[in-house]
Order: sequence, then C-alpha cells, then structure tokens
Amino acid sequence: MKLVEHFQHGLDAPICLTWELTYACNLSCVHCLSSSGRRDPRELSTAECKAVIDDLQRLQVFYINIGGGEPTIRSDFWEIVEYAVDHQVGVKFSTNGVRITPERARWLAESDYVDVQLSLDGATPEVNDPVRGDGSFDTTMTAMRNLREAGFTGFKISVVMTRHNIGQLDEFKRIADEFDAQLRITRLRPSGRGADTWDELHPLPEQQLELYDWLVAHGEDVLTGDSFFHLNALGSTPLPGLNLCGAGRVVCLIDPIGDVYACPFAIHDEFLAGNVRDEGGFTSVWRESELFNRLREPQTGGACSSCSAFDTCQGGCMAAKFFTGLPLDGPDPECVKGNGQRALELVGAGAPKPTPDKDHSRPGKKKQSGVPVAIGWGPPEPERLPDRACDTSPLAGMPSPKEMR
Amino acid sequence: MSTEAFAPDRPYRLSPSVALRPEPFGALVYDFTTRKLSFLKTRLLVDVVHALEEAPDAHAALRSAEVPDGQHGQYLDALAGLASAGTIEVRGD
Amino acid sequence: MSENHTVTTAEADIEEDLLVEEVSIDGMCGVY
Ligand code: SF4
Ligand code: SF4
Repeated sequence: MKLVEHFQHGLDAPICLTWELTYACNLSCVHCLSSSGRRDPRELSTAECKAVIDDLQRLQVFYINIGGGEPTIRSDFWEIVEYAVDHQVGVKFSTNGVRITPERARWLAESDYVDVQLSLDGATPEVNDPVRGDGSFDTTMTAMRNLREAGFTGFKISVVMTRHNIGQLDEFKRIADEFDAQLRITRLRPSGRGADTWDELHPLPEQQLELYDWLVAHGEDVLTGDSFFHLNALGSTPLPGLNLCGAGRVVCLIDPIGDVYACPFAIHDEFLAGNVRDEGGFTSVWRESELFNRLREPQTGGACSSCSAFDTCQGGCMAAKFFTGLPLDGPDPECVKGNGQRALELVGAGAPKPTPDKDHSRPGKKKQSGVPVAIGWGPPEPERLPDRACDTSPLAGMPSPKEMR
Repeated sequence: MSTEAFAPDRPYRLSPSVALRPEPFGALVYDFTTRKLSFLKTRLLVDVVHALEEAPDAHAALRSAEVPDGQHGQYLDALAGLASAGTIEVRGD
Repeated sequence: MSENHTVTTAEADIEEDLLVEEVSIDGMCGVY
C-alpha cells in the first residue's frame, strides 16, 4: 500500500504538529492565518506548555513547528524551546525576526534541534510591507544578517505566495542563496484575516501556471510544505510531495489556549477537536476526538471524483474550500480547471460563507472588509452547484436534485 | 552516514541517532541528526530491524523475525536502503 | 529536501512494493 493510503487512516500521533504559543504579535499581517494581535488571557501557562511537551515526548512526536502570533514575544519562549529539545522534541519556530538579536542568533547557532523560519512576503519592502506592515522587511533582513553573522546556516525563509510576489520567485531564491538559507514557499489560504484579503491576494490563474512551472524547474531546492498539490492538474509532472490533505490525520494545530484543531489553517469551531486541558490531554484528543476519527474515514471525492487530476489534486485544500463557502468534497476555490471559480460565483450569489470565528486582531487593525457579520454557515445550496464540477458539461449548474454532500 | 556497502553477513543495529515510533502499519523512523523522516511500511520489517540488535548478522535477523523465504531478497534490499540512509549501522562488537 | 516517496530500497520500481519510504519533514501543511 502507498504511504498516502496509510496516512489517510491517520497515525497514532501526528507527524506535522503546529503549536501556536501566543496570539500576541507585534505585526498585523493582512493574511494572518490566526488573526493574531492581542494576547489571549487564557493562554497556556509555562507549566501547562511543559506538560504538553511531556505528552508529545510520550507520543514520540519528534519535531514540532512553533508559531503564533509572534512566539518569541512570550517571555518564557526560550525556556519552552529548551524544554522541548531537552525532551526529544525538536523545534522549528516561525518568527518575523523581531527578537533575533545578534546575541540570540549566536545562542541559536549553538543549539542542535532548533531551526528558525523567518517570514518574508516580498523580496523588496515595496512588496513585503503592505502585507506584513511598515518596517517589517527591514526587521526580517536584520534578523537574517544576525543569523548569518552567528554562523547559522540553513534557516528557512518562508514566503506566502500572492499575486504580488509570484514575479519575485527568482529574487527570493537569490536572497536565500545569499544567506545560505533555504527558501520555503507556501500557498496562501483564506484563513484568519486571510479570509478578508484572499480575493485581492491569491494568485491569478495565469500566475498559477507560472508558479507550477517554476516549481517543476526548482522543486528540488525549495520547500513547499507540499502545499501546492492543487496545481498538479496543470501538467503531467506531479509536484514532489504527498499530495494529501493531512488535516486530523497527520497534521494538527494546538492553539495558544490549548485548543486542538485539525489544521493550522482551519481555526474554526467546525474543526475544533478538543483541548489539551481536557482530561487525557493532547493524546486523547488526537486519538479519540470524534472529529479526527471522522476525518480519518474514507473521504469521497464528491464532484471531483470524475476529474482526471483527482489522484494528484484530491480536490485541494479543505480549509480553502471551507472559508470560501464551498462544499468540502467539491473542487478547490483555486481549482486549475476553473471549477472552483464557477462554484465560487454561485456561492457569491447565495449562501453566506463561514467567517473565521476566532479573531485576536488588535482594535483598529481589525477587518479590512466591511462585512463583519457572520450568520452561521452552511454549504451552498446543492441545487446551485454544478452537479459534476469536474466535467464542463453544458448542463453543469442546471438545477439538479442530486445531493452534493 | 555509512559509506560501506551493506553486508548481510555482518551484525547491524539501529543507529543511535534514530528513533522508531510504532504505527498501525509499521513504524515511523526519525533521525535526530539528519532530521529525516521515513516509514517502515510493514510490521515484519519493524520486527527485522529490532531483531538486528541481537542477531549475529542480517540473515539471522530475517530468520528470527520469521520473514518468509520468498521475501528475503526484498527485505535485504530494504535493509540495504536503511544502511545507506544511516538508519541502521554496523555493530562493532 | 521536498522530495519524498524517495525510493530507499534498491531498484524497487513498483511503489506498492516499497518497504521503506522517506517523507520530507516539511511535507505537510504547517505554519505559513
Ligand atoms: S486543510 Fe488545507 S492547509 Fe490544512 S492540511 Fe488540508 S490541505 Fe493542508
Ligand atoms: S476538479 Fe477537483 S480534482 Fe479536478 S483539478 Fe479541480 S479541484 Fe482538482
């Protein structure tokens, strides 16, 4: 059996666990997946964080991604990192660089099992700062110089691909090479504040092809979190990777207050599996939550199952579908065959779409768009959707009694 | 990483930087040094890897894990792959 | 690095028959 098939049934413990330590952040990026800004007063204490790490050690989760918010502004951040690596839990943490001083860079260069990922969303301040905030480009570059001077090589430079920076791919690669760092590019999802900005930021259809071609040419030297598998339908060369939505099966998120979600891009009650403060801790949530067990059951391809690209595309990203109001078993909103676009037009005409329901944005920096009210959500009404989105049938979109979900 | 070719008549063991995590279908292999992740996709292979520790050579490990005769070639190939990835190493005793 | 499905066993061309598969540690959706 292929590994992916094993993964679909879920593992005894996650292999890609993201832990957001705080919702507090010095920045307020317009696409922040966790709508971060203000600290949540219910944040896990140092002792509770250590108990989570003990649990992860027992589960043999050997490696975690720490993020936020800006995790380094927690006063106990370095203590938590040290505790993790002392307990066989390696750490990669994601930061905007604000606390990577020359001294801290030297400390990092000396510690094994700690990896650093710096976020950069433009290869120039003109492209980066409108997304990440004024001065953020310089902050990140300073952090990178500090790391380089400390002799830390191979740190990650992480870029969220938008329509404004796809043209800078070669430039990003050049920056990474210059710092002896590794470029990591990932897909923008309409999660968190990204729900409000996705329409203006997500790559245009012709840019998807540009991105795909670039990945086919440079795939070996660049990390992607395997997040672009929805582009596989563009060509005959499948992008390297698992081509699988791992949510709740091999992937999960622990948020700052201990809530466990199926995926870092799915912070919404709909994907909330439990809390590490519950009896049995993280282990019970991972193994017993009803949501996770449901995600580990065989999923149907729905409207996508007849698509020739289904094997490698799998209908794309669950979170992207959810936050754009599309049915979870239909095409991705960025379906390269255009089926997502068609489905989106129908959503736009009808049912309300779910809104991220955990906002920690700072007042005044909140929403960019003027429609903050969510009245629950439901899948778009079945009869409004093409019955077989993957086929461009002349009848697609005609009223049909067939249930989509 | 071992540069020596895999030799089924020698004793092997799991490398000290490697940890195995049991999974329903086999095991996850994590190398703390290289940060590489791989999977042993059958429980039988997991048994073989555990058996290496005690066995005088790789052939004996296959026998003690009760690998069916017809599959010895396949399992030796798998061990050769693990040796070249540094997951298992020659036990010098 | 973003390789996976790397063929670790020698000459095994039928994916189903692989006993060992390598996965990129970055190969799943984590933080941005
Ligand atoms: S929901 Fe999307 S982001 Fe989350 S694991 Fe699935 S594909 Fe990745
Ligand atoms: S129709 Fe579905 S499977 Fe086919 S390319 Fe679009 S999202 Fe992927």
